[in-house]
Amino acid sequence: MGVVSPKSHHFSEPLSLVCGKTIEQYDIVYETYGTLNANADNAVLVCHALSADHHAAGYHSNQDKKPGWWDLFIGPGKPIDTNRFFVVSPCNLGHCSGSTGPKSINPASNKAYGPEFPIVTVVDWVNYQVRLAQLLGIDQWAAVAGGSLGGMQAMQWAIQFPDKVRHAIVIAAAPKLSAQNIAFNAVARQAIMSDPDFHQGRYYDHDTVPASGLKVARMLGHITYLSDDAMGDKFGRELKNQQLNYDYGVEFEVESYLRYQGESFVNRFDANTYLLMTKALDYFDPAEKEAGDLSEVFRKVSAKFFLASFTTDWRFSPKRSKEIVKALTDAGRDVSYLEFESNHGHDAFLVEHADYISAFSTYMQNIEVSS
Amino acid sequence: MSELRIELQRICEWIEPGSRVLDLGCGDGSLLEWLQKNRNISGYGVDINPENVLSCLKKKVNIIQADLDAGLTDFEDGSFDYVIMTQALQALQFPHQTLAEMVRVGRKSIVTFPNFGLWKHRVYLAMKGRMPVSKALPAQWYDTQNIHLCTVKDFEQFCKQQSLHIAKRDIVDYEHRSDALMKLWPNLFGEVALYQINGK
Repeated sequence: MGVVSPKSHHFSEPLSLVCGKTIEQYDIVYETYGTLNANADNAVLVCHALSADHHAAGYHSNQDKKPGWWDLFIGPGKPIDTNRFFVVSPCNLGHCSGSTGPKSINPASNKAYGPEFPIVTVVDWVNYQVRLAQLLGIDQWAAVAGGSLGGMQAMQWAIQFPDKVRHAIVIAAAPKLSAQNIAFNAVARQAIMSDPDFHQGRYYDHDTVPASGLKVARMLGHITYLSDDAMGDKFGRELKNQQLNYDYGVEFEVESYLRYQGESFVNRFDANTYLLMTKALDYFDPAEKEAGDLSEVFRKVSAKFFLASFTTDWRFSPKRSKEIVKALTDAGRDVSYLEFESNHGHDAFLVEHADYISAFSTYMQNIEVSS
Repeated sequence: MSELRIELQRICEWIEPGSRVLDLGCGDGSLLEWLQKNRNISGYGVDINPENVLSCLKKKVNIIQADLDAGLTDFEDGSFDYVIMTQALQALQFPHQTLAEMVRVGRKSIVTFPNFGLWKHRVYLAMKGRMPVSKALPAQWYDTQNIHLCTVKDFEQFCKQQSLHIAKRDIVDYEHRSDALMKLWPNLFGEVALYQINGK
């Protein structure tokens, strides 16, 4: 993709949220790749997961070490081929990378929103993304794609706006969180909220951040993204300094790695946003309004679905994807489902994998767009 | 129909237009592709092999990657007009369970398999004293995928035991021709057996 730059737009039409509150005005930061065609029928919406943002592909500068989070999958000749598709990648509401979120200034108080920022859900994000689609002149997406929480947004799009989505690409996702998933999120939130620097979410006013809480939350999350095998392969029981010290310092490589992950996360992520994102995950349950019957929900859907899961993903295991597949087949919808061998756990949806890439590419190539 | 494997052409003749079809062990998806284009059917293929799965995607055939031996629990009772399984019965771990599942999920089931009762196999075993190897069954006993071969008689006996109603039967050779001998002694002269079974 080369060097890309984010764009931003200020929206002043209020957005009503599921929680009952309204957000009066907000900014959406987003990136686009490729060109929208004359009929505007080649647009693909890419939705990010918990900790990623609008920077999905390319580099922000020539000095950048790392490209966007889905760079392997977006670009010329890649599965989401920017020679054919116009890709839109927004940063979600409530995030901390530019779109309006808890650390943004609340125009009503001239202070950071902090805990006053309303709880947002996947349904709200879809409504929010609709505003961006309108701005860009896109009436219907050729596809909405994402992994994990991003896949949930793709699913929600197809449910909420059946005539606005032709294909939903749902990777390593789940129809709703399990008790175990919610439990991990609850522990992550507790870690943040019990940090003395949290100050009920008003840490901005105290010129501090709940760094240790956020760090622990990220370390915990990171464990759930990797598989036992991947951790074993990468670290085993390797020691940092070749010997045991019989104290409580960092001794094993895996400890050192998790700490590093936690610390670097604190530098780029906002604790209130982390709380918000985990809540959005917990609340996601599109079948709720049909008394838990997801197939009934899918009967009203017209998008074709592409689902994929990975064998060692235990956060959203293949079994969870199959629940979605079952609901789709029961509803008679078009769906293809692939299960890939990978030892990368939940993170596999972000990782190079020949079969995954060729299947994803093949599916995308079959999506018809006018020239 | 010329582009379609000759055995599949026969099956296509049995399928009502506009049906909902599940193709188990669907291979490269040719049958479903043809039925979609020419019979306006909807449905899904199921296959475990990654190359087959990719080939189905290329053909715009809905494909669900799954192991047939793990059962069809993801499909509701009577949710398909036809459940088809061509040349896969003999490769299954538990063919009787899969057949039961097919009958549960489909209103009609179509099964094809190589007839092990063919005289050539009998002669091979009798004369050479070794497991038959032929053009149609080229693998050796130790590396064959065909772990549950059966004869026409075996299959019909099984259907009787399970109260499965055989609605249609075609006993043919590998070119899918039929002759008087096959009609008279299907278990001795039939090379391929095609059955349509209707639920209990």
